[in-house]
Amino acid sequence: MTLVKTSYNRRSFLKASAATSGGMVLGFSWLASCTPPTAEQLLTMPSEWFDINAFLKIGDNGVVTIFSPNPEIGQNVKTSMPMIVAEELDVDWEKVVVEQAGLNTSKYTRQLAGGSQSIRQGWQSLRMAGATARRMLLEAAAQEWAVPVGELSTSAGEIMHEGSGKKMGYGEIASKAAMVSVPEEVELKDPKDFTIIGTSRKNVDGKKIAMGEPLFGLDVTRDGMLIAMIEHPPAFGMKIKSVDDASAKSMPGIKDVIRFSTAPPEGVDRQWSDVNAWDELVAIVGESTWQVMKAKKALKVQWEAASPAESSADHESTLAELISKTADEPSRKDGDPEAVFRSAAKVIERTYNAPFLAHNTLEPMNFFAHVTPDHAELLGPIQTPEFLSKSVSAILDMPEENISIMLTRMGGGFGRRLYGHFGVEAAVISQKMNAPIKLVYSREDDMTQGTYRPAYKVHYKAALDDNNNLIAFAVKGAGTHGGPVFANRFPAGTVDNYIAENHRKDSNISTGAWRAPRSNFMAFAEQSFLDEVAEAAGKDPIDFRLELFDRAIKNPVGTDNDYDAERYAGVLRLVKEKSNWGADMPGVHRGVSAYFCHNSYVAQVVDVVMQNNRPKVQKVWCAVDCGIVVNPVAALNQIEGGIVDGIGHAMYSALTFTDGQPQQNNFNTYRLIRHGEAPMEIETFFVDNGIDPTGLGEPSLPPVQGALANALYKATGERLESQPFEKDQALLG
Amino acid sequence: MAIFDLNINGKQHQVDVDGDTPMLWVIRDHVGLMGTKYGCGIAQCGACTVHIEGVPTRSCTTPVSTVGNRKVTTIEGLSEKGDHPVQKAWLEHDVPQCGYCQAGQIMSAAALLESNPDPTDEEIDGAMDGNICRCGTYVRIKAAIKTAAEMK
Repeated sequence: MTLVKTSYNRRSFLKASAATSGGMVLGFSWLASCTPPTAEQLLTMPSEWFDINAFLKIGDNGVVTIFSPNPEIGQNVKTSMPMIVAEELDVDWEKVVVEQAGLNTSKYTRQLAGGSQSIRQGWQSLRMAGATARRMLLEAAAQEWAVPVGELSTSAGEIMHEGSGKKMGYGEIASKAAMVSVPEEVELKDPKDFTIIGTSRKNVDGKKIAMGEPLFGLDVTRDGMLIAMIEHPPAFGMKIKSVDDASAKSMPGIKDVIRFSTAPPEGVDRQWSDVNAWDELVAIVGESTWQVMKAKKALKVQWEAASPAESSADHESTLAELISKTADEPSRKDGDPEAVFRSAAKVIERTYNAPFLAHNTLEPMNFFAHVTPDHAELLGPIQTPEFLSKSVSAILDMPEENISIMLTRMGGGFGRRLYGHFGVEAAVISQKMNAPIKLVYSREDDMTQGTYRPAYKVHYKAALDDNNNLIAFAVKGAGTHGGPVFANRFPAGTVDNYIAENHRKDSNISTGAWRAPRSNFMAFAEQSFLDEVAEAAGKDPIDFRLELFDRAIKNPVGTDNDYDAERYAGVLRLVKEKSNWGADMPGVHRGVSAYFCHNSYVAQVVDVVMQNNRPKVQKVWCAVDCGIVVNPVAALNQIEGGIVDGIGHAMYSALTFTDGQPQQNNFNTYRLIRHGEAPMEIETFFVDNGIDPTGLGEPSLPPVQGALANALYKATGERLESQPFEKDQALLG
Repeated sequence: MAIFDLNINGKQHQVDVDGDTPMLWVIRDHVGLMGTKYGCGIAQCGACTVHIEGVPTRSCTTPVSTVGNRKVTTIEGLSEKGDHPVQKAWLEHDVPQCGYCQAGQIMSAAALLESNPDPTDEEIDGAMDGNICRCGTYVRIKAAIKTAAEMK
């Protein structure tokens, strides 16, 4: 047991509790309130709820509602975050009802889905919320029974007094526990006593998903709600010249066609999340989706150039020019790499390329908004509700306390829903229409109005001495809106002479974080290159990497290396052992990779076989060190999903531009991985080290691209340099 | 606009819409069943899959005027309590991540097993290739289809 100070400021904590305790409101979520409760729900509903703290309330029958604070994009935090609260509360998971919390900055911090940080950064506060509530229940019970609180224990939602044999359920004492003052110190469980964390618990929305219940933003509906769609410029760098809306307006069900702007008022800065390529847009508003879609086609808009149009060929030449330059200030430099390259026994070089990628969440962007003169109600899928609130406040000139933002389950995020311009657009359209509206992006709108993964180019150079030791390493990257190189990541710290540089190309194409930003390309490039260097050195690719880690463990170069070489080497050794690396496997081409991002370490071996002269991923072996695994079944799902996502985008996906216009706008031209292209098997092994949990939603994606490229090299004898691989090599296309 | 009488999940529904309105939007906007999803609008992703007389059909490219009184089944009509073998297998394998494509996946899988109770891996790939899962739950979907096949 660990004694920790609660992070709760007593005053703010009580204030937050008071704000929610007016009346004992039944715990129906906004969605449940749309449909009558089922018999099953009624049976388990308590007659009274007692608010214990911002994260939970307890019913008089012992049912506990736990609020999941962070947005759910498929990373399963709606199950795993409440599991952490339930663990410390010491309640039976079967008696837990989970509700999605709306945006509430007075109750919660960091209500954001991004950077694989929900669990890592929520870990302490979630545990404390459960432990504090447990302590308050114990204190109330001690008073009730007139015994010292130290003589009481809990188990699965019951309080026990061993001396007298008395027992009581949480529900029986909840009303009194709610009055107990918040403890300033609480006891946290020893991880070895966990009964919920570390056990597989199924997705709390799993059954609703399988039954098609309305959980998503696009499923929101209200009385009097109108549907809005947006016509945006067909190309980046264009703006509206004129709008002829006569025929669109005359079509059945169409209420209005409006021009509107989402630029913040003068003197107000945009939120970082408020990325938008076009300030002025046209909205078509009508009664039903199909009517609006048809009217959108009938709308005639003239466009004109606002800034120079860019094409993929321009990106290629500009990035090539940038990486041919030498930065005045490298991001990092150790030793004298230039001199060593001049005198080295062997120098290996290669350049790698990545295209723009669209996020393509399967649920296109959408948001519900109902703006009245003194209130804005917003509801929908957003990874950054707090920033949306600030953006809407600025553009509507409405104080944030008059804006409510509720969260739906999201049909995918991958970083796209960090950029909440669609929520701002919905609010402005609702205000102008003076009606509740649901803004819906078509797939084409979604794919051509993106915040894309930028195009990147990176050049690597390595020097070996006569004994095939790595003596110098250089990495230089360039990208739209910023270079991709992480200067202090591996192999920085393992080689005496090292240089890292980044170059930036500005662009009028909007880009943003795409699952495992920068890492989603750098792991492919770096891990492919290291494979080639290992081969040039005549060393096994795993042994070569382990040698480097050994150097970083015993005698690291520099002090800014942002990885733990022991944990890094640990996952590589684990995957080596589990995959039986080095065994003779006729017909199987193997590639290996290891990468560190989002505070977690992942190593993978990919086995490729040739089927009908085409490569097929037979198996992916994956070792992961993400500290404590909260919910194994969901963790495995994340790892598997990241692997499939990584393979799919490396093999097939690209967004290209001609004169500022995206050349792919739907899934007939933008290739996503499909069933038959997924690995036949994925086997994952977690390192059991008891360290506090780290990221899991992103880290399995980057390295698999390198392991795949290395396996394909074994299969084809050609090094892959550019994504998507199927366009890089005829055999794969 | 015209009146169409539709048989959806065993119930008659009357809707007043243009004849070219895709069944997807009739089902979602006019009948109010939200389980059938919009993903692409051009029959490329499978999120909108329903059964028409048992045949898996992309509702996003099926105009309401072509349906007549053929029986339409959506995810909400696959079973009353979510206990169709495919739905049970989905729960057992805890398949979904974001969950958005899963109704379409389940409808395609249910139709596959109806016509082929014991599909091979290749047959599963062939029947399911039209259903995109952006989260990449393909490995679990295949395992769940096999479990469902054993239950039937």
